[in-house]
Amino acid sequence: MTRQPRATGNPRVRPVEAPDLDQVIAIDADITGKKKPDYWYELFHRYGAGRTRQRLFLVAEAGGEIQGFIIGEVRDWEFGSPPCGWVFGISVRPGARLAGIGTRLLEAICAGFRRAGVDKVRTLIARDNRLVLSFFRSQAMMAAPVIPLEMDLP
Amino acid sequence: MKLQISTGLALYSLLEFAANPGRQISAADIAAEYGVSTHHLAKVLRELVRAGLIESTRGVGGGYRFGGNAKRLTLMDVIELFEDIGDRAGRNRQPGASTDVGRALGAVLTEIDEIAKATFRSITISTMLKIIERQRRHAAQKKPPRPRRLRRS
Repeated sequence: MTRQPRATGNPRVRPVEAPDLDQVIAIDADITGKKKPDYWYELFHRYGAGRTRQRLFLVAEAGGEIQGFIIGEVRDWEFGSPPCGWVFGISVRPGARLAGIGTRLLEAICAGFRRAGVDKVRTLIARDNRLVLSFFRSQAMMAAPVIPLEMDLP
Repeated sequence: MKLQISTGLALYSLLEFAANPGRQISAADIAAEYGVSTHHLAKVLRELVRAGLIESTRGVGGGYRFGGNAKRLTLMDVIELFEDIGDRAGRNRQPGASTDVGRALGAVLTEIDEIAKATFRSITISTMLKIIERQRRHAAQKKPPRPRRLRRS
């Protein structure tokens, strides 16, 4: 059965504010199954409310509710890579999906990255996260010339 | 990563149909477009009809048209109809597969397979059409401008 998008009106994308945090924490907990208030308050402290042009934490608001959020920053010269925007978090309420909210959030953060002087955006997704991987692919993102590596620490 | 000929034909055909929704396209037209045998293509199209990804109409003006959901159908869904791209079982039958070197090599090849599969699973037919369109625009922008004709004085 095809899921119908919930009517979310025309979402307004803006920098996160302190009163939004409870809803952001709830959306994240709903999707990940884990409530992490300390993590989100720390992120708000570092990225929230337009603290710098290089760090962006945006929310999409519609119908008086936060429907989704996106977080990213400009990273400079990592392993010699010229400065580029990094998106490291995006979530949309499950009931508000398929209504273009993720697209609006990504467009807004990309506009912020452009204002910060970069012309490339990257992200890193677990390869079994088909939903988010397919979303970024549908937004014209292609494989980057980088390979993520990891190892278990002894 | 190399796909089998049938898989490639299935993807070419599906993308042609999906790019022209509602339009009936004949097997002969697609065979001519991609320079492939109509006989081989017909077998592939029968498989796509069986899987419900395309619909066929017989008679004059008949042909095939897209019958799937372009926003949901991934490249992996199509590929899996024709081949097993992560054939680890086959790899384990190779000589030396059970040696230390064979197992280490197998681990690296499996890593590559997993990345390829994740890529195919993340790209829908709809996303492919966008990539094709972007490449067309990019190619058009790269074309050198036509030389201006000099006016005769």
